[in-house]
Amino acid sequence: MSEIKPKSTFKVTIDNITIDVAPGTSILTAARQIGGDVTPPAMCYYSKLEGSGGKCRTCLVEVSKGSEKDPRPMPKLVASCRTGVMDGMEVKNITSDKVKDARAGVVEFLLLNHPLDCPICDQAGECHLQDLGYSHGKEGTRYEFKRRTFEKEDIGPYIQLHMTRCILCYRCTYVADQLTDTRVHGILDRGDHAEISTYISKAIDNDFSGNMIDVCPVGALTDKTFRFKNRVWFTKPVDANRNCENPKCCGKATLWLRGADVYRVTARKDEWGEVQSYDSKPGWICNTCRFDKKKTSDWIIEGPTTINRHSVISQGHYEGMVMPTETIQKVMGGREPKLLMDIHDESGVNLSKK
Amino acid sequence: MQALTNKAQQVDRRPMNLLERMYLPTIIKGMAITFSHIFKKKPTINYPEKTRPFSPVFRGLHILNRDEEGRENCTACGLCAVACPAEAITMEAAERKDGEENLYKEEKYAAKYEINMLRCIFCGLCEEACPKDAIYLSETFAPADYQRKQFIYKKEEMLIPHPINEPEAYAKARGNKVVTSQ
Repeated sequence: MSEIKPKSTFKVTIDNITIDVAPGTSILTAARQIGGDVTPPAMCYYSKLEGSGGKCRTCLVEVSKGSEKDPRPMPKLVASCRTGVMDGMEVKNITSDKVKDARAGVVEFLLLNHPLDCPICDQAGECHLQDLGYSHGKEGTRYEFKRRTFEKEDIGPYIQLHMTRCILCYRCTYVADQLTDTRVHGILDRGDHAEISTYISKAIDNDFSGNMIDVCPVGALTDKTFRFKNRVWFTKPVDANRNCENPKCCGKATLWLRGADVYRVTARKDEWGEVQSYDSKPGWICNTCRFDKKKTSDWIIEGPTTINRHSVISQGHYEGMVMPTETIQKVMGGREPKLLMDIHDESGVNLSKK
Repeated sequence: MQALTNKAQQVDRRPMNLLERMYLPTIIKGMAITFSHIFKKKPTINYPEKTRPFSPVFRGLHILNRDEEGRENCTACGLCAVACPAEAITMEAAERKDGEENLYKEEKYAAKYEINMLRCIFCGLCEEACPKDAIYLSETFAPADYQRKQFIYKKEEMLIPHPINEPEAYAKARGNKVVTSQ
């Protein structure tokens, strides 16, 4: 008689914003559906990788009301990426001082061993840890000891591993596990000694290994073909596609251009810094697209990538750019202007491609 | 119309009187001012022979700094170039090889570094943006030149002399500028 049908949607309130989500959704996913400031940051969770999350603790939230049936608050802060929503749950993220304090602590912990070599690191400008440090961290650290250091390591011909910068989010191992046929790298040792490595530096050479670079939230895994070539904010991202022979590759990528030169090819990222999905399939790209197709003629360019205007990458001033028309010729009756100095003749950096 | 400030003065458009029409008193007054300047202290100096003391916050020609061991501080992070409102700075980075540790401080260094002094407005934002204490504005001017192309300053022209090999030139280039070490 009193058979209760399972509810089709759960009502959850995050920072006083109520939303209906499907049962089984995590708090983080529900917050992402609302979007904006109420979304907790995530360093290890990656919605496209199964089993990721629960490691970095940056997405901690306070649950002030467990559910409609059991309104007691949860005793401790919970990791929102691994906690499912309940009907009538009330979650506090940025409205809770406890969360802000805990997150600042987590950032401090993440930065304990992370070298502050952003001026050197290729990830600077699109680094999630950098953003996290700015938005949630404190200015100083209380750590007084030497940071752990590792030797640089080449994983395969295209990827370089800077273990010193790694925050052990495990995303790259999930990529290796779920995208590529044979996993040849993983985590060695435990605790403070834990490190990502290939077993006796065995080369990684499968077709989708380059996606490790995209999922890495910090500069631990970097593209060797782009290493120290340029800074991300000097390159201009454009969306492009090509017909890739590899059936698993989506062929849609972001090219990072400077002038007509393709400096780097990455998968397209969504607003959470994750690889974009097409037809609910994540748009991973293959190594051929990523590392070998470094000419604009290889690609069909769709247009500039939308970049958040608060990002340093938008310093490139490429969006809505209007090229001024040349008036000198018009004024001088069709004559070419006599250039007193053409910078391309003098500069060793700004070389003209004629 | 109501004046915004009480400093505005109405222009006097009355016709000139006899004394003003003669012009002579005003001319004499002007001559007296000119003559009195002969006995005053000269505000100018004989420039190349004598120089004025610079203010400690003077912003002149750029210098690329070295550390105490003579290694280049610049790591080609590009923050100066992105901070530059005149877009005068360009650079190209390279990776430090083994055995070059005595030349470059960090594992990445600026292989090429250029400042277009014709574009530079000497605002000092590059100095402020630099995380490595690598660039600062010295107490010298960019010297005049006959050709515009000479104003693209390369790394060799801006690099400070080696502090161990040429300590005097280093001290001179460094000047009296107080550089807070990090």
